[in-house]
Amino acid sequence: MLIRLFLDRLKTIPLCMLLVGGFAISSHADQEVNVYSARQEALIKPLLDEFTVETGIAVNLVTSKGDALLTRLQKEGANSPADVLITIDAGRLYRAQEAGVLQPIESETLAAAVPANLRSPDNLWFGLSKRARGIVYAPDRVDPAELSTYEALAGPDWKNRVCIRSSTNIYNQSLVAGMLSTEGQDAVDTWLAEFVPNFARPPQGGDRDQIAAVASGRCDVAIVNSYYLGGMINSEDPQQRQAAERVAIFWPNQDDRGTHINISGAGVTASSKNTAEAIALIEFLTREESQQWYAEANNEYPVRDDVEPSDLLQSWGEFKADEVDAVELGRLNPQAVMAMDRAGWK
Amino acid sequence: MEVADTPPVKQGGSQSARLRHFLWQSALVIAAGIIAAPVLVIISSLFQPFSDLWRHLLDHVITDYVVNSLLLMMGVAIGTSLLGVTTAWLTATCDFPGRRFFGWALVLPMAMPAYIIAYTYTGMLDFSGPLQSYMRETFGWQYGDYWFPEIRSLGGAICMLSLVFYPYVYLLARVAFAERSVALLEASRNLGHGPWRTVLTVALPMARPAIIAGVSLALMETLADYGTVDYFGISVFTTGIFRTWYGFGELTTAAQLAAFLLLFVVSVVVLERLSRGAMRFNAQNARAAQLRVSLVGWRAGFCCALASAVLIAGFALPAAQLALWVLRSTDSVDAQAFLSLVGNSFLLAAIASLCALLVALSLAYAVRLRPGRLATLTVATASIGYAVPGTVIAVGVLITLAWADNQLNNVLQVAMGSSGGLLLSGSLAALIFAYLVRFLTVSMYTVESGLSKITPALDDAARSLGRSPRGVLRDVHVPLLRGSVLTALLLVFVDVLKELPATLILRPFNFNTLAVRTYELASDERLTDAALPALTIVVIGLVPVILLSRGFTIGRGQHG
Repeated sequence: MLIRLFLDRLKTIPLCMLLVGGFAISSHADQEVNVYSARQEALIKPLLDEFTVETGIAVNLVTSKGDALLTRLQKEGANSPADVLITIDAGRLYRAQEAGVLQPIESETLAAAVPANLRSPDNLWFGLSKRARGIVYAPDRVDPAELSTYEALAGPDWKNRVCIRSSTNIYNQSLVAGMLSTEGQDAVDTWLAEFVPNFARPPQGGDRDQIAAVASGRCDVAIVNSYYLGGMINSEDPQQRQAAERVAIFWPNQDDRGTHINISGAGVTASSKNTAEAIALIEFLTREESQQWYAEANNEYPVRDDVEPSDLLQSWGEFKADEVDAVELGRLNPQAVMAMDRAGWK
Repeated sequence: MEVADTPPVKQGGSQSARLRHFLWQSALVIAAGIIAAPVLVIISSLFQPFSDLWRHLLDHVITDYVVNSLLLMMGVAIGTSLLGVTTAWLTATCDFPGRRFFGWALVLPMAMPAYIIAYTYTGMLDFSGPLQSYMRETFGWQYGDYWFPEIRSLGGAICMLSLVFYPYVYLLARVAFAERSVALLEASRNLGHGPWRTVLTVALPMARPAIIAGVSLALMETLADYGTVDYFGISVFTTGIFRTWYGFGELTTAAQLAAFLLLFVVSVVVLERLSRGAMRFNAQNARAAQLRVSLVGWRAGFCCALASAVLIAGFALPAAQLALWVLRSTDSVDAQAFLSLVGNSFLLAAIASLCALLVALSLAYAVRLRPGRLATLTVATASIGYAVPGTVIAVGVLITLAWADNQLNNVLQVAMGSSGGLLLSGSLAALIFAYLVRFLTVSMYTVESGLSKITPALDDAARSLGRSPRGVLRDVHVPLLRGSVLTALLLVFVDVLKELPATLILRPFNFNTLAVRTYELASDERLTDAALPALTIVVIGLVPVILLSRGFTIGRGQHG
């Protein structure tokens, strides 16, 4: 009797082991990946949720400004919980690279998906989407034939006709950094000295404000990121839609280096404890469906050449993009700010 | 009664008293030191080498930063004292139709984040906004045909900041006016001074600590403001700090700029304290102050109109614009996610305001019990965080906590052979700590200005009647401080509710607040979508405002 009881007990042991094992497995299935993102929640969370549904890997998210996240990552050091850093411009990716908070990752998927000039040579970070900085103009006052390049807006014809936001804005800094890289310091200084006095008003507001200013006749042209125009076209606010209807977009520098683009991108942190999951997430963000999502959700261009942009983006026409290395935008950012300071661009 | 408590203390011998004094001071210094650590981290950047970037900054931009910052501060100082003192005087000492309503309603603009009011006014008054568009269509004008004030300008920024920061002056001055000594005012009238002269030469100087405390808070907020000046494109010191950090990627140089800003603020605060000197502002008889001048006729109408105008400009109009945007936005809102935002914001604000009050009370009280240079200095150090842009404080907190965490980790590693990851960084405690560092000033100023009006003779009387120091606090000060305590709670609550930069940098994973959501949408220039969380901040800010006004009324009732 006693022996049988003992034998019964024995039988339950494998069951117990199974339970414990099951726990181990389920806690293993409880994989997670921690993301520091400079892309704001609304422009990344839907993709992350999709990732969780498909892979079962939970994603924990903190959003903030790129430099703030980078500082947090640096100060937390080797103990940082972050696995992935997402930024919204090349300059921050470069800074993260220089700060040594990213690790190189081997991924054939990423190497195939992201063009070489939109990822770091050491595979520290990869572009996720492209953001183009075009010229918005008022068709009733500006003949597109008058427009050609960013540089041409420095001419005497454009006196008091140009709207652009503050040089504190990163997209202007990247634009000038890109020009510094290809045109050189002297050319840029000369250009800025003539371009800044052409401003119709002291730089103020955001890109949508510049578009509204063109629409209402405060100025005739403005340099803005195209997705803001897309956002206004799709806005629920009738005022924004009306303003967007009164303007058109022009892609400058088509006969030389191309229109300036910036990238949002991601890298795996050096302190990552979930490297495999982190790589899986970045690969997910560059796959075809995700690439289309950037265009549909925020009118950004895919980094993949084999993915068609949305209908709206296609309606703006194809354009030649400046192929300057994204690393250069980051490297020359301080010089760009100095040049703009010297020219009195507030 | 606690009569038995005191004699042993008195007879306790000088040695144990000295020991107690020493322990007390050490505790004070340690507490203040922990709170001041993040600020000291920033100041310590001055001991690091100055980079070549300084040459560029000095040559090209620093003059702009300094001049614009000073102009902005002067404008806001004038704006907030005009609005704050006038409205406080009217609601505290006069009776006119709607006085009770205005009494609490005039605090409302404080619930409006500065950059949000800037967005709403720009939306209304900008060149491409509805008003100017309407004027152009109606009169067939074009750009250049007419003059209209440019809202996104230095003057515009002064107006915006004055409209949302005057409640600091209003709240503090009103408490001071309400508790003013009628005897002194009557003496002044008896000596033949007219009402205006009495106000200018007796009432205003008596309220000076309160008014200066209020204006100081408003100015520190002004120096710390980034959203408004950035949106308006004005180069001030704050925008310079961020331009240096983000644009040049030089955190150390940015911290050095912030450190200079801090030193400037500290020296102004010290100068003000010195100029106050040995003057005492204790009201002799706080209870006799319930008489109000009844205004009738055009005077009453004028007061009513004035208060309404301030309230409309600072609150009703921008709130209405927000409400309009909310109606226009059809962005689907996930109710549950939204409620969690509301809950998070409320919880953080409630906890932080309580913590700040407790710390402020203990520090202010410590100084009162054992005044001295060390105590004053300690408290001053603990409360300079307010003038620094929130992001800079957040970086100081980040560095301090990450350092503490990594030290802790090393100890754990040695002791237990395993590391537990980061305990403090990225926790809610880190966030509360950051709020304390940044907003302790607000509690401190409010509590101190309340305490300063309680004459030490009252303490002595209570002590001689056998109350222990704690007993004095409980039975004498707390009832008299009721207004100040509630004000301190309210101010910090609303400040935390609006707080963005520290929350943005330090918050844990998957944790958002209304301010974060507002900022994210606004930074993407989706103002109509940002309006709902922004309006919710304002609405939640109403809760403590209403509680406070009830607290005031109940307090009055008890005074008889």
